[in-house]
Amino acid sequence: MTESLQDLSFEEAFEQLQETVQALEAGDLTLAQSLALFERGVRLTNLCDSLLDNAELHVRQVVADGAGGFEAAPFTAWQPGEEL
Amino acid sequence: MITVSQLITTVKNLLEVDSDLTDVWVEGEVSNFKQAASGHCYFTLKDSRAVVPCVMWRNDALRLRRLPVDGEQVAIHGYISLYEPQGKLQFYADRLDLAGLGKLYQEFERLKAQLAAEGLFDAARKQPLPVWPARIGVVTSSKAAALRDILRTLAVRYPLVDVLLAPTAVQGAEAPAQIAAAIDLLNAWNLGVEPIDVLIVARGGGSIEELWAFNDEQVVRAIAASVIPVISGVGHETDFTLSDLAADQRAPTPTGAAALAVPDRLELAGQLPGLRSRLQSAAAGHIDRERRQLVQTRRLLERLSPAVQLATRRQQVDELSRSMTRTAAHRLAVQRAQVDGMRARLASLDPNAVLARGYAILQEPVSGAVITSVAQAASGMAIRARVADGEFDVTVS
Repeated sequence: MTESLQDLSFEEAFEQLQETVQALEAGDLTLAQSLALFERGVRLTNLCDSLLDNAELHVRQVVADGAGGFEAAPFTAWQPGEEL
Repeated sequence: MITVSQLITTVKNLLEVDSDLTDVWVEGEVSNFKQAASGHCYFTLKDSRAVVPCVMWRNDALRLRRLPVDGEQVAIHGYISLYEPQGKLQFYADRLDLAGLGKLYQEFERLKAQLAAEGLFDAARKQPLPVWPARIGVVTSSKAAALRDILRTLAVRYPLVDVLLAPTAVQGAEAPAQIAAAIDLLNAWNLGVEPIDVLIVARGGGSIEELWAFNDEQVVRAIAASVIPVISGVGHETDFTLSDLAADQRAPTPTGAAALAVPDRLELAGQLPGLRSRLQSAAAGHIDRERRQLVQTRRLLERLSPAVQLATRRQQVDELSRSMTRTAAHRLAVQRAQVDGMRARLASLDPNAVLARGYAILQEPVSGAVITSVAQAASGMAIRARVADGEFDVTVS
């Protein structure tokens, strides 16, 4: 069963991808390790691609929560893609 | 002797090389203010003891929110030179700040010196910006263009970040306290479950008074005290506030601040094909190496296999048998040659050859003994004579 990469942030995926490439290039692996790394690297690349393609800026604003504290509420005055 | 033009030009050149006179703020009271039909403004700036004629060209005057009126206290920026046709000193103003800014500048310089002495602007205090921010705090007005510039820039460059806005007034009397509170609030937030990697403190372009909140001591101290790294983006390229000096990183504009805060998605996406191909060639390289090793091992194995050894032995047997055959034939030929030699020697010894030349061999007929001495012959004795082509008997007399 292949490991799930879904929970990785872009940062984690990108750094792991760089490490994977370096490990592969350094050699010193069994063929099975090498193929497993390669397969994982390809999946990390695809994940990075799709994270970059599908990301949408998430904006909230800090507002008073009425009890002396603060909470984050959706900020709706601006939508991604909106121009001035 | 020099001409008037030469004299005036020389003085003008002297004035224009003095850096204290070519980039200077001057404070005074406006009088005789006139704007010509061309849009250029002419006025006199004075204090209790002196006056200086001033001009401000149309393009610079257009940037003023309003024109000054006679008697108003202003600060002007520009350079002093000589107006040759009239031989008079004249100040060429490119900026004009209204109402009491002279005092503001004094306060600015005093505060700047004080905070600098406290070390608030020291390079050693600057925190590095995170390479991969996950959450960005934004301190600015929720209604202003600056916020849209920031959000649009973040959305284009790196929409993977989470943005947390702490709205605040950015101008007016209440602005400094609100900006400082917003910075403190996000720092408190940072200690909770949602850490904030970097703060943008920003305001769009405006007049110097409108940007003044960012020179306020409260704001500057809040920025310096922020545990979260701060990027300032206040006003335009040319505006420098004390907030900029206290920030960990100064950006020329709000858009610039957003660009500094995050990596660029296109740049990252541009690296992916390279990483992908390195991945492929590294894996393919490994497979190739393994394959080459496999081929070598197979060759080694083949060399050591019994079949190959059998074939080798068979070949050795073949070679031995061939060489044996060769040796036997050789020996035969040698022997034949020896026999032939013997035969020739034998032939040379054949007594019949002597008989052919006319000699005869005498033999005692019974025993066959060859008679080689007179003593063996007696009168009347029969003796056999052998010649080349036969024999006959003779009698001794």
